[in-house]
Amino acid sequence: MTEVSLASQVAAKWRKKRGSLIMALHEIQDVKGYVPWEDAYQIAEEMGIPLARIYEVLTFYNFFKLDAPGKAVISVCTGTACYLKGNDKVLEEFKKELNIGEGESTPDRMFHLQCVRCVGCCGLAPVCVVNGKTYGRVTPNDVRNILDEWRSKLDEDKE
Amino acid sequence: MADMSEIDKRFDIHEIAKNKKADLDRFECNIYCCHSTGCKSSGSDEIIDLIKQALADHDVEDKVRIVPTGCMGLCAQGPLLRVEIKGRKDVLFKRLEPLVARLVITEYVVPALKTPAEEEFPVPEFLQPHILSLDLPFFTKQEKVVLKDAGNLDPEDIQEYIAHGGYLALEKVLKTMTPEQVVQEIKKSGLRGRGGGGFSTGMKWELAAKVKTDGDKFIICNGDEGDPGAYMDRSILEGNPHAVIEGMMIAAYAIGATEGWFYVRAEYPLAVERLEKAIKACKKTRLLGNNIMGTDFSFNIDIRLGAGAFVCGEETALIRSIEGNRGTPRPRPPYPTDKGLWGKPSCVNNVETLGNVAPIILKGADWFASFGTETSKGTKVFALTGQVEHSGLIEVPMGTTINEIVNEIGGGVPNGKKLKAVQTGGPSGGVIPVEYMDLPVCYEELKKVGSIMGSGGMIVMDDTSNMVNIANFYLDFTVDESCGKCAPCRIGGKQMLLLLEKINKGKGSKQDIEDLRRIATAMQKASLCGLGQTAPNPVLSTLRFFENEYLEKVGEKPAQQAAEEK
Repeated sequence: MTEVSLASQVAAKWRKKRGSLIMALHEIQDVKGYVPWEDAYQIAEEMGIPLARIYEVLTFYNFFKLDAPGKAVISVCTGTACYLKGNDKVLEEFKKELNIGEGESTPDRMFHLQCVRCVGCCGLAPVCVVNGKTYGRVTPNDVRNILDEWRSKLDEDKE
Repeated sequence: MADMSEIDKRFDIHEIAKNKKADLDRFECNIYCCHSTGCKSSGSDEIIDLIKQALADHDVEDKVRIVPTGCMGLCAQGPLLRVEIKGRKDVLFKRLEPLVARLVITEYVVPALKTPAEEEFPVPEFLQPHILSLDLPFFTKQEKVVLKDAGNLDPEDIQEYIAHGGYLALEKVLKTMTPEQVVQEIKKSGLRGRGGGGFSTGMKWELAAKVKTDGDKFIICNGDEGDPGAYMDRSILEGNPHAVIEGMMIAAYAIGATEGWFYVRAEYPLAVERLEKAIKACKKTRLLGNNIMGTDFSFNIDIRLGAGAFVCGEETALIRSIEGNRGTPRPRPPYPTDKGLWGKPSCVNNVETLGNVAPIILKGADWFASFGTETSKGTKVFALTGQVEHSGLIEVPMGTTINEIVNEIGGGVPNGKKLKAVQTGGPSGGVIPVEYMDLPVCYEELKKVGSIMGSGGMIVMDDTSNMVNIANFYLDFTVDESCGKCAPCRIGGKQMLLLLEKINKGKGSKQDIEDLRRIATAMQKASLCGLGQTAPNPVLSTLRFFENEYLEKVGEKPAQQAAEEK
């Protein structure tokens, strides 16, 4: 039996449902971390949606990525409360430590740095999220610790 | 009444409530641990595990129940833990660490349970620094309708919601009221849309109910809470998802909807997860599906996720997004109540709006209308954040003054700084300077000072905040989030941002300030949707109250200072 690709499985699940394109794309990104071109093409074929429309949707919504991000995705909240409490300094520190800009990945594909709109933890501002784990009351001094924590975690995963 | 068959009993909410209550009554102590996004990220998962372990170690599992709950409000002090022992006053613990959590069990809960109820058992001295007084104005000054149960029950347990009186409103509606009566009751209550628009909910339902259709009619819950600095809807969905579902079902009955849709931000995974579980539990308990509660009413709910586009909070953009398109708004009319999702009549209501519905049905429109002002009834949930001592989620009657909210409930500005302004309405709102602190918070009054109610973000700024920067911050947000469909918003926003950046760098002139005003007015008048029409608000309102700060940046002396020098 040949293995059914993720895109095919997702297409089969959502094909008959209404309003399903964005949900299907979410499921692909959940697994792969981004929506690869091949998968988008397959979704287009199997769900009967023009590829142009899928591209349109992928590029309109901030959430979707077209390129593979680093293994640990660092999201720095740029909501108002975090802004007022100095998250811009935390962002600068991440940029400096990783030597990359916003929306970029490190050359070793370990980290990806991005800014996100309010994650809704304003009581804990300033806030950063790394692969779903939320860090509250972050200061620029915490940046190195957060990175170290994830470096060792990613190393463990490798072994 | 004839005996119910066994099957009927399993799905009868009164039976479920009775059994669950009996089950809960066994416990002498309930420990409520906040388990929402805020406290989870402060480590409440670990705390819950440790407490379970400690309860097992002391063999009191049959006496003590640990309840993971929704948001208790004071997120900045999390993880929060409320200990409720029968016959004793509740104690709230803050900023719990694993070791302290264990000590709460071993040194307070266990010995207190062994002490006869009539004897006092004070919390040991060394735990005192971790106590947060429940007599703080933060707790006593609030009036909770929507959030009433959010910190008091397990949001993932439908039986507990039912034991707290859940789905009784639905039963009342389905069995004793006509759809018209439901619409009239909501209309009479004066409930207005909590997403920011403030349109009468009853009126919207009336319009939706009138539309005849031979096919689908939809009710949509707008959970695309995109305002930075706001998390009311997330907390409601995380803390008590069934209350919103019940509200949606009542709305569906009132307008004759066949299907319901939740549109929730993808940035809120926990809210989505709890909502999914709640819908599943409803289906299992036959509260969703065909012939609900043995009546002719059939209804189903599905969830669709956003994907990080602020403009999708606008109802026509939201509908385009559910359909699987770019979320671009279209001109109204036709309103969604006539032509909405897939061209079918659709009624879009906000999360908090729907959360108000069941209490109104149960307690009556007059009870609801007893809160609030002449034109703004009921309560409003706010996310009180920024430079304020007690940052968190609060619910107050409409008409509460900003002073009461910031200085009493919020405990004022920390670090000896002075309050400068409060911002409401997010990127669509404006700043309210300290001179207006006695302003009652309601739709009309906020509008008068150039801000809006919005969805409920309230951001406190101290005297270190520069207002030109704040305007720049919000405009940067709306320019980035503009969908680009209409020219006034796409071009106007960008030009305003360039001017602001120029002024901020000290390279601006007085003429630039005038140009800002001109473009802002054009955008307000000519933009297609709410995003563009309101995007200039932060600039206009900071210009109105803090023009001095703009003048300083362009090297002009403020009018007053110039006059004095003469």
